Amino acid sequence: MNVLMTGVGGQGIILASDMLSDVMMRAGFDVKKSEIHGMAQRGGSVMSHVRYGRHVSSPLIPLGACDVLLSFEELEAARYVQYLKKGATVIINRYRLAPPSVISGGEPYPDILPVLREKTDTIVMVDGTKIAEDMGNPKGVNTILLGRLSTFLEADESLWIEAMNSMLKEKIRTANIEGFRRGRHA
Amino acid sequence: MKKILSGNEAIARGAYEAGVGFAAAYPGTPSTEVLECIAAGYPGIHAEWTPNEKVALEVAAGASYTGARAMAVMKHVGVNVAADPLMTLPYTLIRGGIVLVSADDPELFSSQNEQDNRHYARFAKIPLLEPTTSQEAKDFTKEAFKISEQFGTPVMLRTTTRISHSMGIVEMGEVAGQPVPSIERHPAEWVMLPANARVRHPLIEKRLLELKEYANSSPLNSVEMGDGKIGIISAGVAYQYAKEAFPGASFLKLGMPYPLPDRLVREFASKVDELWVVEELDPFMEDQIRALGIACRGKDRLPLCGELNPDIIGTAISGAAPEPFRKPALPGRPPSMCPGCPHRSLLWALRRNKAFIAGDIGCYTLGFLPPLSAIDTCLCMGAGINHAHGMATVFGPGREKIAAVIGDSTFYHSGITGLTNLAYNKGAALVVILDNSTTAMTGAQDHPGTGVTIGGEQTIRLDLEKLVKALGIEWVKTVDPYDVKKTRKTIKAALAHDGPSVIISKAPCVLLRSKKVPGEPLCVDPEKCIGCKVCIGLGCPAIEFRDEKSSINSSCVGCGVCGELCAQGAIGGGK
Repeated sequence: MNVLMTGVGGQGIILASDMLSDVMMRAGFDVKKSEIHGMAQRGGSVMSHVRYGRHVSSPLIPLGACDVLLSFEELEAARYVQYLKKGATVIINRYRLAPPSVISGGEPYPDILPVLREKTDTIVMVDGTKIAEDMGNPKGVNTILLGRLSTFLEADESLWIEAMNSMLKEKIRTANIEGFRRGRHA
Repeated sequence: MKKILSGNEAIARGAYEAGVGFAAAYPGTPSTEVLECIAAGYPGIHAEWTPNEKVALEVAAGASYTGARAMAVMKHVGVNVAADPLMTLPYTLIRGGIVLVSADDPELFSSQNEQDNRHYARFAKIPLLEPTTSQEAKDFTKEAFKISEQFGTPVMLRTTTRISHSMGIVEMGEVAGQPVPSIERHPAEWVMLPANARVRHPLIEKRLLELKEYANSSPLNSVEMGDGKIGIISAGVAYQYAKEAFPGASFLKLGMPYPLPDRLVREFASKVDELWVVEELDPFMEDQIRALGIACRGKDRLPLCGELNPDIIGTAISGAAPEPFRKPALPGRPPSMCPGCPHRSLLWALRRNKAFIAGDIGCYTLGFLPPLSAIDTCLCMGAGINHAHGMATVFGPGREKIAAVIGDSTFYHSGITGLTNLAYNKGAALVVILDNSTTAMTGAQDHPGTGVTIGGEQTIRLDLEKLVKALGIEWVKTVDPYDVKKTRKTIKAALAHDGPSVIISKAPCVLLRSKKVPGEPLCVDPEKCIGCKVCIGLGCPAIEFRDEKSSINSSCVGCGVCGELCAQGAIGGGK
């Protein structure tokens, strides 16, 4: 199973993909994950590859092999479309962060749906950012999105709760578990 | 017990299991987390951030002279800085095992070049280990210390970004005790003057032959026979990619690619119809295999530049045309300096003063991007000051405005010698030290100017202004970069000064939550905004422009710089 997470540096993608990896290890799978730190994180485009199964060799997902894409930002969902399998599931957080050329008025924010539809019709929009704001926990977007993602993956909900209990600091645990549950029905 | 660890976390765990007593590093992507994990997770190991990689390797060597197991960790270009001790350390007698971790960065995710540091192992004549997974990163770290002590040699453990920053499941192992340190004297083996070093060199050559024998029989190098048609020799993460692309092929996986296990390679080559060498960057193994007179394929099809992946390897070996793919035309999203970053206003002011700006390695290098376009050179750590001095000297006094910018951590790393040179040789360039009280680009590590060690202990805090004056610079001013008017005035005076000048631009990195920035977004009064785009010129991700007006989004932290620049007084709120 190949899961790609995309978004913008600072959105909590690394923690989210850590959590997915931990859950799948708890579910008994071999897991590998790969992403880039450092300069690429400073507000730049970020992607994290998570692969799990009986045995995983490459930490990178081959082109055209991604089963599920979870994007924390709308435009970033389309940037790595070459990784998508035909008919893959694409989950997109309804949130637009304008890149520099759009910010400066140089070009409009693009329409990404036609790009994605060349590969798949299974496109799920999630109001992760709005739900997080409504809950008074704007940083909790990642667990809300993980909640939605979890409904497409094999692992039992209890494993996710276990992982959050072990990985999150006590102070933010309850709010994030609540967010995760909201995300499952978002 | 099993855990999911990154390659870097696994190396830290391996060091702990190996009984390492001393670890030193200068932060550098993708190596940084090794020392951070040691300091956070294994307090029994003394960990220290050193000002640069040369110091890291030398203090590790000192620790090893006591019998302690010691480690120095750095990114690939850091080994260039540590190359001086690295070349002679193999001549010396090794007591406690000593391992150099070199984390390379194929594809230049966060580096100024993509040099292949395996050459350093061959250059220094030391064994090279290359893990292919997090599990191996841990196991090979332990193995590296064993080899170091068994053969009396420093060992290089080489990772790449995809090993350091990929995560995988790791089975924890037993923890060895740390050796008890003792004083010994070995002048003939530790005092490397010509008469002694001359005697030591033949021992290195002999050791290499022994290491080659070891490599021929070590389980670090293993054969997996699949079909006999295609045989692949590979190492590092490239092995995993090749395995993904050709699961049925035969493999010779070299966990210890140097010294190259000649017999093993020859034997493997004889069992397969077509031999491929799959490696990232240079034909390091391929050249040596060809030199054995063994025919193989590799870089005739595989790229020399960038990282590999299963698709590149698949199409290269099968000879199939890659699947045609039209990349969607989407606006790019390059990394940028954060909203409220104190570097932004300083660079903007320097550019407005029409200075040529020699840059250096750090977040401020991102100031090269438009619309700021305020970095004119970037070569390596510490180079900016020297660029500026060289240029200013050629032009002569008062002819061109030449400035250098360098971060505080970079200044301690390798800027001090350059500034000394500037003063000593009567230079005239302006040097701006961007003092944000941290090593920001690698994720906020402490350094000699922060007053805190990696372990969180209070320590000395270097006084930059005093230090600069002690180096012989008389014209030194400290500015608050958020006060743009005053900063511009100071820059103007410095550029007009006949002689070397230093401006210390002092404001903490916004990621450290500076008190200077209130965190409340500013806003634009659309009635007053005339669409002049002066604020857009700052290149701040928080300022947007549409329908001929500026607006400020929620990423604004209220640093107030755009408000100060706005002649219409259209930007308000925040502080």
